[in-house]
Amino acid sequence: MSSTDISINEDVHHAHEEHDHHHDQNFFEKYIFSQDHKTIGKQFLITGIFWAFVGGFLSILFRLQLGWPEATFTFLEPILGGWIENGKLNPEFYLALVTMHGTIMVFFVLTAGLSGTFFNFLIPLQIGARDMASGFMNMLSYWFFFLASVILFTSLFLETGPAAGGWTVYPPLSALPEALAGSGSGMTLWLIAMALFIVSQLLGGVNYITTVINLRTKGMSMTKMPLTIWAFFLTAILGLLAFPVLFSAALLLIFDRSFGTSFFLSDIYIGGQALAHSGGSPILFQHLFWFLGHPEVYIVIMPAFGIVSEVITTNSRKPIFGYRAMIGSLMGIALLSFVVWAHHMFVSGMNPFLGSVFMFLTLIIAVPSAVKVFNWLATLWRANIRFTSAMMFAIGFVSLFISGGLTGIILGNSSLDIQLHDTYFVVAHFHLVMGAAAFFGMFCGVYHWFPKMFGRMMDEKLGFVHFWLTFVSVYLVFMPMHYLGIAGFPRRYYTWTGFEAFNVFTDMNTFISIAAILGFSAQFIFLFNFVYSIFKGRRATANPWHANTLEWTTPVLPGHGNWPGEIPAVYRWPYDYSKPGAAEDFIPQTVPFSETQSSNLPQEKDFE
Amino acid sequence: MSTSTTLETPSTGTWDGGNEPLKASYGKLMMWFFLLSDAFTFGAFLIVYGLSRHKHLPYTGEPEAFTFSTQWWPIPEKVFNAFPGFHGVDLPLAFVALMTMILILSSVTMVLAVEAGHRMDKNDVQKWLLWTILFGATFLGCQAWEWAHFITGTEEGMMLADGTRIIGANLTVNQYGPPLFADLFFFITGFHGTHVFSGVILLIIIFLNTVYGTYQKRGHYEMVEKVGLYWHFVDLVWVFVFTFFYLI
Repeated sequence: MSSTDISINEDVHHAHEEHDHHHDQNFFEKYIFSQDHKTIGKQFLITGIFWAFVGGFLSILFRLQLGWPEATFTFLEPILGGWIENGKLNPEFYLALVTMHGTIMVFFVLTAGLSGTFFNFLIPLQIGARDMASGFMNMLSYWFFFLASVILFTSLFLETGPAAGGWTVYPPLSALPEALAGSGSGMTLWLIAMALFIVSQLLGGVNYITTVINLRTKGMSMTKMPLTIWAFFLTAILGLLAFPVLFSAALLLIFDRSFGTSFFLSDIYIGGQALAHSGGSPILFQHLFWFLGHPEVYIVIMPAFGIVSEVITTNSRKPIFGYRAMIGSLMGIALLSFVVWAHHMFVSGMNPFLGSVFMFLTLIIAVPSAVKVFNWLATLWRANIRFTSAMMFAIGFVSLFISGGLTGIILGNSSLDIQLHDTYFVVAHFHLVMGAAAFFGMFCGVYHWFPKMFGRMMDEKLGFVHFWLTFVSVYLVFMPMHYLGIAGFPRRYYTWTGFEAFNVFTDMNTFISIAAILGFSAQFIFLFNFVYSIFKGRRATANPWHANTLEWTTPVLPGHGNWPGEIPAVYRWPYDYSKPGAAEDFIPQTVPFSETQSSNLPQEKDFE
Repeated sequence: MSTSTTLETPSTGTWDGGNEPLKASYGKLMMWFFLLSDAFTFGAFLIVYGLSRHKHLPYTGEPEAFTFSTQWWPIPEKVFNAFPGFHGVDLPLAFVALMTMILILSSVTMVLAVEAGHRMDKNDVQKWLLWTILFGATFLGCQAWEWAHFITGTEEGMMLADGTRIIGANLTVNQYGPPLFADLFFFITGFHGTHVFSGVILLIIIFLNTVYGTYQKRGHYEMVEKVGLYWHFVDLVWVFVFTFFYLI
């Protein structure tokens, strides 16, 4: 994994020579500066996996501190060097760990790693296109992301540490270098990395949207599109509208930090001395941030919705229950995601009436979310379920989404939020509903589309071990956190043993940390399975899951352009599984109704 | 149950795939979606402007008695009343009105360039693009003067309570009012100016391509149209910036 990354890193300088001749593709054109959507998708996936391990490792470090607050960690000195002082983790480095864990997981893994991988890989294949609308912009999108990654990774090695003001980078903590060690150059690199990351997202976003609108093959109407593509399409729109606002906020923050403006700063005294900043509002930053930040959590979870819908229906051998309701609920969620941002700010001193409006809008999201959950359950109901690794993760996703979603209804209440705000209850909620769940969606997608990516199958037995260890440890980690949170245990605290009320939770914290280490270790099974299967996995057939969608009509390893001959036309929706009267239990989208007269429904006779 | 040939052909409605449902090429769609997202960037800035201004007190006295003070947000006519060559003459908003006229004119010439592109009239495209570049560059020049004047300030400046004077403006203090007044002025007009500057660069590139006959050989002038979309957007944003900063 990391070795792949390093080899990419070394080859950056060869960018420009390689572009003018287009005959034989050499190594760089084929694997490094590739404009082929499949290669770009794999680049995003491998970078995403690298980041996931970095982000996961950081969380293990702070779980060690939380689980064993009295222990000494001299054994970590070879890795952390000066951040271990007399065997104790440096408190400011603890804050940096939490910040970087959040930033890496939310943006670099679950946004770029998840969307970047599956949008690039699946959109052209599932809508029947040769490639994305602009392969060049697509390549730029990856390399901007790569540059952002390099900068953020570099910030981990600064002497003053990476950004430490929380992944939400609220000013004044993030705006004043005096506030925290990490608010110096660490924060500057964070902002630069994020600005580049947003450029990457926008380049990708306009490409995804345009490709879905303009490049669908003949017959692929909007209501014949797989739900994956619907989810990706709407997610891309969310990203396109939400990320620019973060960009604005980041630019203003950069000016506040480096050029003396006062957009987010006012009335600040350091050591009795008033700073020159006056007139700004830190709350304004919170509004701008969460206007992105809330859609962002849907940008993370909606691709997983799409992937899971596809995998559940394929492996249930049943049509998806409520196809149009699924599209409608995605649209509802996408729309609502823009009008609920202030529920992150209930305790920021906002007008309680405004709070009740945002509470009302927030609770409405439960409706489309429940529609999706019931549709997945109804699809599973009395199905001939094939328990593949991907299917296990899809079902696990539904379970996590329900468990995490229920606490969302509690947190959405502005009055209950006063007690629960910034406690481990919130941590448990969002890790279940968008953290672990989105990871499950990602695993689900990797296991399911691995044969299309690499022409080989992943090992199912290892997949099962990976699933059960991950599934169990996710619940073991996050379920107890609800109890901690209800008791008022605050998040982001380096040490809590000084509080009499929280000392009773020592055992529980140790338990959570052990479960977290178990869960993190289980990911190495996945890593091994992934790398091993790329080279040594069982060779895949063209359509190993007997699925209906277009990507399985390509050769086992599609070349540039995806289909050797003409692009197939589409005649039916993608969910004709186990249709009564049909010869097999699946009818691919490319089969016209004239060839399936024995199974056509009365209303489909019209198409004949 | 007869197997007619219609069975073998997929549907061919507007949204049935295999066509361009919005009657626009992918490049034009991309430009539209980029502009949509850029509109959100500017939208965020203008909301920051609105909220910041709302946090400050307005000036409530007689307009004639107006003086600069950090206590209240300045009246725009009293700040932007200079014109090159008319030193000391009070000409409220005259110069910015001229700038706005120039930018709107450049949009008109851009329309004419796009129209000439539809006719495949290379000479007319060149001519109108050149006018657009000229107007765009003039606008940038005017903005440079406006900024220079804003930064230099007036002789009177702002009298503070302790008798000292602040003259001119930077990102920390300014003679016109609260620090945020100048901060927002520099940031938002600067961000818009960066857009105009990028637009002028794009226009120069497509002008050169037109001169070399690239688009004539390609058979269409769609690139001119795409840059035109961007140019009109930048012009439209200016209308909002102008309204917020100078009129209200």
